[in-house]
Amino acid sequence: MEPIRVHSGLVYPMNRANVDTDQIIPKQFLKRIERQGFGQFLFYHWRFDEEGEKRDSFSMNDKKYTDASILVAGDNFGCGSSREHAPWAILDYGFRVVIAPSFADIFYNNCVKNGILPVQLSEDETQAIIKKAEQQKLELTIDLEKQLVVEEEEFNFSFDISDYHKQMLLNGWDEIAVTLTHEDKITAYEERQHLTG
Amino acid sequence: MTQPKTIIEKIWNNHIVHQEPGKPDLLYIDLHLIHEVTSPQAFEGLRMKGRKVRRPELTFATMDHNVPTKQRHIIKDEVSKKQMHTLKENCEEFGVPLADIDHPDQGIVHVIGPELGLTQPGKTIVCGDSHTSTHGAFGALAFGIGTSEVEHVLSTQTLGQARPKTLQVKVNGKLGTGVTAKDLILAIIAKYGVRFGTGYVIEYTGEAIRDLSMEQRMTVCNMSIEAGARAGLISPDDTTIEYLRGKRHVPDGEAFEQAAAEWRALATDEGASYDATVEIDADKVEPQVTWGTNPAMCVPVSANVPDPASQEKDYEQDEVQRALDYMGLEANQSIDSVEIEHVFIGSCTNSRLSDLKKAADIVRGKQVHEKVTALVVPGSKTVKEQAEAEGLDVIFKTAGFEWRDAGCSMCLAMNDDIIPPGERCASTSNRNFEGRQGNGARTHLVSPEMAAAAALEGHFVDVRQYTKTALNG
Repeated sequence: MEPIRVHSGLVYPMNRANVDTDQIIPKQFLKRIERQGFGQFLFYHWRFDEEGEKRDSFSMNDKKYTDASILVAGDNFGCGSSREHAPWAILDYGFRVVIAPSFADIFYNNCVKNGILPVQLSEDETQAIIKKAEQQKLELTIDLEKQLVVEEEEFNFSFDISDYHKQMLLNGWDEIAVTLTHEDKITAYEERQHLTG
Repeated sequence: MTQPKTIIEKIWNNHIVHQEPGKPDLLYIDLHLIHEVTSPQAFEGLRMKGRKVRRPELTFATMDHNVPTKQRHIIKDEVSKKQMHTLKENCEEFGVPLADIDHPDQGIVHVIGPELGLTQPGKTIVCGDSHTSTHGAFGALAFGIGTSEVEHVLSTQTLGQARPKTLQVKVNGKLGTGVTAKDLILAIIAKYGVRFGTGYVIEYTGEAIRDLSMEQRMTVCNMSIEAGARAGLISPDDTTIEYLRGKRHVPDGEAFEQAAAEWRALATDEGASYDATVEIDADKVEPQVTWGTNPAMCVPVSANVPDPASQEKDYEQDEVQRALDYMGLEANQSIDSVEIEHVFIGSCTNSRLSDLKKAADIVRGKQVHEKVTALVVPGSKTVKEQAEAEGLDVIFKTAGFEWRDAGCSMCLAMNDDIIPPGERCASTSNRNFEGRQGNGARTHLVSPEMAAAAALEGHFVDVRQYTKTALNG
């Protein structure tokens, strides 16, 4: 996974709460056995109509957001299914950071494991970013080391993240390799529980 | 004297392999369930790094999401076919037991785990599926994980997890006649919202929970994730232990009695405290029907669909309006006036034998409404066989239902069981998200009894009118 330290980019504002993983990537695209190539299916039924034509009514299709790499949305983002295809689609489409007032637990973990930085800001801060990004092109810089979301003109918001998640994202750790350094402890646990095979 | 503990803390503490300040606890995983959709990339990850499955015998695989429920072996979708084939190859390569489409144990992963006795109190259970919370009904700590975590568990039989907060959902009093476990969990989510459980593990307590059968408890725990909680569980008691007695993977004889004593000891101690508690009165719960596009958008069958104008914040107004538009409903419309074209009885929430029996009791000797297509999809091959042994298939078919083979089916419409755009389904599943049952499809979540009654009437009705005679007589 690609480490992330400081990310600057364009905001795409999605002023919706409870965006579920069925919307992020609909089920018909979960049949592939690869990790790559899911970006084209991101928010598929919101972006495209029954004929596969882009919906003008959905703002993500607006040219001004084409290069967006920071997704800012409402409360409880990523609720629903555990499908990791959701963060795979978000990343493959070009987003590196998702900002929301809250995230669903499984989705949050899935983001961190794929090098997507989930940033939790307050409802008011999120709304301020969304409102501004709806009116104009908005560039933000997210500094993970300093835990700050900064914009040239007015925004300077700090955010919380667990130290473990922060280190994982900063270093792009292979978590399995880290766990395997505790191999002796796993074996000792199995012996204690009479689980040796 | 030791501090009283909740079952959540007890299971957690029993499974800590390694602890370090500032890091998640490394937990041992007792049972890892896998299916075709969320595992291929995990196995591929193992192959790329030259890793193996640490404990194949603690891993169990089945095919459920993609499988056809009629003409079992005609899988028209090549990509689906490949995904199922890949699971078979992966299980062979890594030595993982698999109940594939032809296996007598095949079924929805959350139906067969308990059925086979793989699910037991005190276990840590994971699966790349958010409805893994179902297994919490047995007093197991069971939660859904992503594919990276699937790979981690395959490789290490452990998972790093931050200690969750504990949330007690206390259900006081008794459920009324004709009101089900499904209505209860929908009412809880309607009252407290789709994210009150985020960051928590829920323990359901109280008289109404104790009164539930194991299958009803599974329905409640299944939908914990719809409240945001990765896991929801119920302390084991006599009901749990009697259900497990004689199950294939459960010890028997003296060993069973010993296990049963250990299971009982896991129950939350008197006086243990939770990080938060919410309560609900069971006797006030009515049969529920969802009207919108998440499970908290739900009203009692006697009520009306809400009015966006009565919401406090502007984005809440937008959310309600968008849901009404998607669902093709008018503000303030009575929910029982809503006409349906489809009925789906199935899914990991409500496809067990008792669910099918209750639905069959409603439809016995009656006819499905002429405008309605109705489907019963048993949760496993075993459920299907048991139901047929009791003649339920005949009751359903005579009434005009289709009687299908086991799988996830129309809950998420990954196979051919799809609701067409704009059409409406009364469904016993767990999610009414946009497009869940098919692009543009409109889902109303209900209990099996309510779905059965809607199938007969062509619109929602209070099922208690149907059961009154039978129950009083």
